[in-house]
Amino acid sequence: MRKKTNVSWLVASLLLLPLSGCGSTTDSPSSGATHTAGKPKIKVCLLPKIKGISYFSSCADGAKEAALELGNIELIYDGPTDGDPRKQAEMIENWTVDGFDVICVAPNAPDVVASAMRDARAAGVKVITWDADSASDTRSFFVNQATATAIGEGMVSAMLDDLGSDVTGDVVIISSDATSDNQNTWIATMKPALEKTKLNLATIKYPGENAANALADSQDVIKKYPNLKGIFGISSVSFPGAAEAVEQAGKSGEILVTGLATPNDMKSFVKNGTVKTVVLWNTVDLGYLTIYVAEALATGKLQNGATTFRAGRLGEKKLEGDNVILGDILRFTKTNIDNYEF
Amino acid sequence: MNSNSRFRWWHETVLVILLVGLLLAAAQAMPNFVSSRSQLVLSKHIWETALLALGMTLIVITGGIDLSIGSAMGMCAVAFGISYEFTGSVSVSCLVCLLTGAFGGALNGYFIAKLRVHPLIVTLATYAAFRGIAEGVSQGHSYSRFGESFGALARGTWWAFPLAGYIFVGLAIGYWILLAKTPTGRHIYAIGHSEQAALFSGVRVDRIKFLLYTSSGLLAGLSTLIYVSRFDTAKADAGTGLELDVITAVVIGGTSIFGGRGNIVGTVLGLALIHETKLLVGRYWQIDELKSVLVGVTLIVSVLAYQALSPKNRK
Repeated sequence: MRKKTNVSWLVASLLLLPLSGCGSTTDSPSSGATHTAGKPKIKVCLLPKIKGISYFSSCADGAKEAALELGNIELIYDGPTDGDPRKQAEMIENWTVDGFDVICVAPNAPDVVASAMRDARAAGVKVITWDADSASDTRSFFVNQATATAIGEGMVSAMLDDLGSDVTGDVVIISSDATSDNQNTWIATMKPALEKTKLNLATIKYPGENAANALADSQDVIKKYPNLKGIFGISSVSFPGAAEAVEQAGKSGEILVTGLATPNDMKSFVKNGTVKTVVLWNTVDLGYLTIYVAEALATGKLQNGATTFRAGRLGEKKLEGDNVILGDILRFTKTNIDNYEF
Repeated sequence: MNSNSRFRWWHETVLVILLVGLLLAAAQAMPNFVSSRSQLVLSKHIWETALLALGMTLIVITGGIDLSIGSAMGMCAVAFGISYEFTGSVSVSCLVCLLTGAFGGALNGYFIAKLRVHPLIVTLATYAAFRGIAEGVSQGHSYSRFGESFGALARGTWWAFPLAGYIFVGLAIGYWILLAKTPTGRHIYAIGHSEQAALFSGVRVDRIKFLLYTSSGLLAGLSTLIYVSRFDTAKADAGTGLELDVITAVVIGGTSIFGGRGNIVGTVLGLALIHETKLLVGRYWQIDELKSVLVGVTLIVSVLAYQALSPKNRK
């Protein structure tokens, strides 16, 4: 008899597992709870490149704010915790099968997720990209944080302002993966901007979205280039890595670091002088705008060929072709960084 | 094995109960979960792991292990990408990919069977080496856009069943026959029970071992083809961490890590259990980080359930 009770206990616990919800349903409403009163909600999935880094968490905060404001959105926020684009593709496939209305993808490697995105569209799911774009036949709109030129040249001019425009010497770029579309387009605009200065771009490193590699690559370039004046950390992972490396080498102030990251990640470096300027767009607004675009697309408010788009507290936003543009980049320095909380 | 009992399928019975329980619970939580359409579409997430698990089952039954398969996939993917860049031909690239896998496997087999180095050590070394070669040769470059028709290997269907699924079913039946119905199959179990005894009774131990590791490499090549087709991308990081998923499926399936016990039916059930667990987490909770936790729970639960049920443990 003892044997039987053991088995039934196991089976019973297994049956109860999905119902207990593991306490996860508190802030991300799960698809199991769709049958609430009122109209059926628009089910929107927000897929970040990586889940659990502050850049994307702050985007998710904005997205939740928008979903709450709109009221007719059921928002799912999930992504691979290791940034593996293949897991992104599998998540898109899961959501397609389960009939979500809009999937918002920040593709980590556009080619890898392209087939899954095309399949989703073929199945009638609306697909948009945000933060990073992919091939134009895989999505209907791209929510673009700022134009590549604004970002690339913005970083170079921040570096020049910090160093002084007649400084000569080497600079390096610490990027993300060699396949990251965003970083590659920014580099393409940074190169000509750097050629107009007296700075020499010595090398570009690709540590991936990996903090330990970013730190190691930065330590390498500090050793290798004695005349190094500045490091561009152009992903939210490589920027703090580069700043950490400069600080550890005791070269704060000698080698200036600038780049893209959330203000919260960089506050300590800005305060001790390793970093003078952090360049970024408002990531909370990026998530917020993405959900507004998703809702407008699902309800038919946003059509191809529109030139402006009204997005809640952000007001009128411009469209360039099928890109919805969030707007200008922000510069965070010692004087204003404490005003931003993301 | 349970020599004192006539019923030899306790472990498989436990797995079927767990699987049915899981599916019932999932169906209750979200009715669409068990629909055959959704299951067939999403089955494409498991075929590479499933193919590798066939070869791994046989190797683990001999008391060995192959940790290098995930890295071998990285090497095969790079071989595929580079040959596609040079020749522009998918069929040539497929051949190169399969040969690379077989070569990697044969290298393992040579060290294990001829030079008698422990499989754990050999494949731990090639686990590192294959990935290193893949990254060094490709320099992190990713190859992609191999054309629509190649994408059909992983994404296409025939009579509503995935093409990759046919490959797996065919090979699974082949492996099942080999293991359960042929003298070679009995030799494989014999090696796992006692290599010395098998050797003295005339089993060609080194030949069988060499072929097992070589075919495991070949399967890695085949899995790579499906993998590359599914994501339309060949990169050095293909198959990262897959070896652990494969070993988990084999162990959940009841194959003893000490050798001598296990079968293909159990492995297929183990694969199904892992696959459905991951799907449930992804589709119901949408929490990526929970997947690995629940796969671990599944492993422990299946082993505990077997121990609770198995007549051997009744004292």
